[in-house]
Amino acid sequence: MSNVGTDRVKRGMAEMQKGGVIMDVVNAEQAKIAEAAGAVAVMALERVPSDIRKAGGVARMADPTIVEEVMNAVSIPVMAKCRIGHIVEARILEAMGVDYIDESEVLTPADEKHHIDKTKFTVPFVCGARDLGEALRRIAEGASMIRTKGEPGTGNIVEAVRHQRMMQSAIRRVQAMSEDELYAEAKNLGAPYHLLKQVHDLGRLPVVNFAAGGVATPADAALMMELGSDGVFVGSGIFKSENPEKYARAIVQAVTHYQDYELLAHLSKNLGQAMSGIDLATLREEERMAVRGW
Amino acid sequence: MKIAVIAVQGAFREHIAALKSLGAEAYEAKWARDLEGADGVIIPGGESTAIGKLMREYDMLEPVRELARAGKPIYGTCAGMIVLAKRIEGEDTTHLGLMDVTVRRNSFGRQRESFEAEIDIPAIGAPPFPAVFIRAPHIVSVGEGVEVLATYEDRIVAVRQGNLLATSFHPELTDDYRLHQYFLNMAQAPVAH
Repeated sequence: MSNVGTDRVKRGMAEMQKGGVIMDVVNAEQAKIAEAAGAVAVMALERVPSDIRKAGGVARMADPTIVEEVMNAVSIPVMAKCRIGHIVEARILEAMGVDYIDESEVLTPADEKHHIDKTKFTVPFVCGARDLGEALRRIAEGASMIRTKGEPGTGNIVEAVRHQRMMQSAIRRVQAMSEDELYAEAKNLGAPYHLLKQVHDLGRLPVVNFAAGGVATPADAALMMELGSDGVFVGSGIFKSENPEKYARAIVQAVTHYQDYELLAHLSKNLGQAMSGIDLATLREEERMAVRGW
Repeated sequence: MKIAVIAVQGAFREHIAALKSLGAEAYEAKWARDLEGADGVIIPGGESTAIGKLMREYDMLEPVRELARAGKPIYGTCAGMIVLAKRIEGEDTTHLGLMDVTVRRNSFGRQRESFEAEIDIPAIGAPPFPAVFIRAPHIVSVGEGVEVLATYEDRIVAVRQGNLLATSFHPELTDDYRLHQYFLNMAQAPVAH
């Protein structure tokens, strides 16, 4: 008697990704470069976030042809993004055999009120969160992995740092609370009590917690690990840099050895130009992706 | 007893917690030098391509082979089993290449086919073991001297060859630590070569 799609199987998949780097790719060739560099998974996209920004308009799930091309090219897990609340895009990706779905604010939200009920799916989901309350709401809906939202496609780490700082400081605060304080805190955070209790007992989220959104250099990736991330998503940072192979390899090593500063110095040498960055103050409110979702 | 858990990527924290709860000393091994003086090694689940590549880059493969030759127990779970194997189906390269088995990667399908099942492992006795299979490999064939410890639907999912132990599934994701205890017992009674 076997059971598929259990919490343990879905969350366990993310546990296996810890200490690793998940890279955005837009074709088979990039996927192979990512795999050879030691990526633990790839995110198959039609455009990386910085190109989504440039293109404007409505950003949707990638063409299944691209996702299939990537799935056929590599043996590591393949993730793909659907729009927030777009149940059918998620079902399509699940039917194709994608290993993990990112219900992502990088795409234009399809539903302004409801995220997908992810407990109904066999495939696991990762969702973005800016703080502990948002993370626990997503976990209540069935997310098996959490990542910071950051500000994708900017090459600017400041938002990811803000989100991971807020998350970790809230976790420490909750951990120190007495059990009766947790009821009021659950109300404050807009998070289910039973999940908050788990955070209190574990001293961490009950699922794996990655960094994402704005990682451009090995030092950025190591910084996010230093701040308590379990691993790192790199979007535009690799294939928008001057030398993707070198960046990919350096970021993989930086995540494993994030506290080995001599190695980080070595890894940071002669990498060539990083992706060009955006000062977030120059973004208009409607251009900000981190504020999508609730 | 000091057990080195390879910590370049994957679920190494869970193995360390399991070993510590059984009273063993367990620590993260990120470099070749961390393997010196280890009484045993665990290679965790994760992505075998990433773990194999990083172990190679950090010159960790040969020190683990040396420990194996010295009779120290080595245990690989899921990706760790692939890293241990002498033959990986469809691939020309191997990683540690220690265990006389042929493995097939992702042999149960993609993530949506990942599953939990209760399996019988006579070597650790009753009750059945709660096995968590995540994009798991299985063993297609074994050489002489490899003992099959468990099968699931006619596929070999747990094996032992002297001081080497491998499972397709992840005991570190459950709170049943009988396989970790079995491994520690191997460390206490080293197998002569």
